[in-house]
Amino acid sequence: MSLAFVIIAGLTAASAVAAMALRNLVHCALSLVVMFAGLAGLYLQLGAEFVGFVQVIVYIGAVAILIVFAILLTRGMEQPAPARITTATPWAVSIAVAAFFVMAGAAVNSRKFEKPSAAPALQASPGTSKQGASAISVKSLGVRLMGDYVVPLQVLGLLLTAAMIGAVIIAMPERKGEGGGGEEVDRG
Amino acid sequence: MADLGDYVLLSMLLFCIGLAGALTRRNAIMVLIGIELMLNAANLNFIAFWRHSENANELHGVMFAIFSIAIAAAEAAVGLALIITIYRHYRTTNVDEVDSMKG
Repeated sequence: MSLAFVIIAGLTAASAVAAMALRNLVHCALSLVVMFAGLAGLYLQLGAEFVGFVQVIVYIGAVAILIVFAILLTRGMEQPAPARITTATPWAVSIAVAAFFVMAGAAVNSRKFEKPSAAPALQASPGTSKQGASAISVKSLGVRLMGDYVVPLQVLGLLLTAAMIGAVIIAMPERKGEGGGGEEVDRG
Repeated sequence: MADLGDYVLLSMLLFCIGLAGALTRRNAIMVLIGIELMLNAANLNFIAFWRHSENANELHGVMFAIFSIAIAAAEAAVGLALIITIYRHYRTTNVDEVDSMKG
């Protein structure tokens, strides 16, 4: 376990806890950005450069901004955000902790992790690193996306188009005269 | 480079933090953020297992992670649009108070 991994993993886990535990929603969104950045660093460390940059562009650039916009549009930051502990809270936390220990126990008991195995070096760029962490080329990714994965890629494009149109239609304010939706918009 | 077990442990930790957050927080946006955390934990698993697999040049794990990220982006867009619509209708994003599907 290298020092870089410990630092990045600690930062990622701490900001994940902060993103879930802070009361102010804007602070939560900003902690989420730190967590996304930490994960992008881990992807880079693992040799998946393209996924790391996709993580930065899609998550930090798009999803986090979208969440901040949603928080501002719903005025979540103006709410007093009381630190309520409902009866469901201990149950939920204990369910999550139990899930963690079940998964950790299964992972520890599995044969795969009995002896730590170094990652095999990738053939795409041999001998670039003494630790075996080498990059896959974006070219091979693109060739594969246009070859074996061309049908899933097209389906994904269709899904993204449908999601974009659907999100616009869902979030579009209702017109006046079609039910009472328009008046409620004006009240705010 | 860290071992596979370390990455899997971090991924489990992130997943359970997201699960706890999605179950405890009452704001719909926070529930969505918890789901995003869980998705990211799964992505980290894909990449870690791909990197430590025997034939890493097949790139299956990377492909799966890329598709997963794209689907998560679509999910976030539609989910946040729904939350904004619900807020416009109910004047709240508390999932406990949104208890009716009638328009």
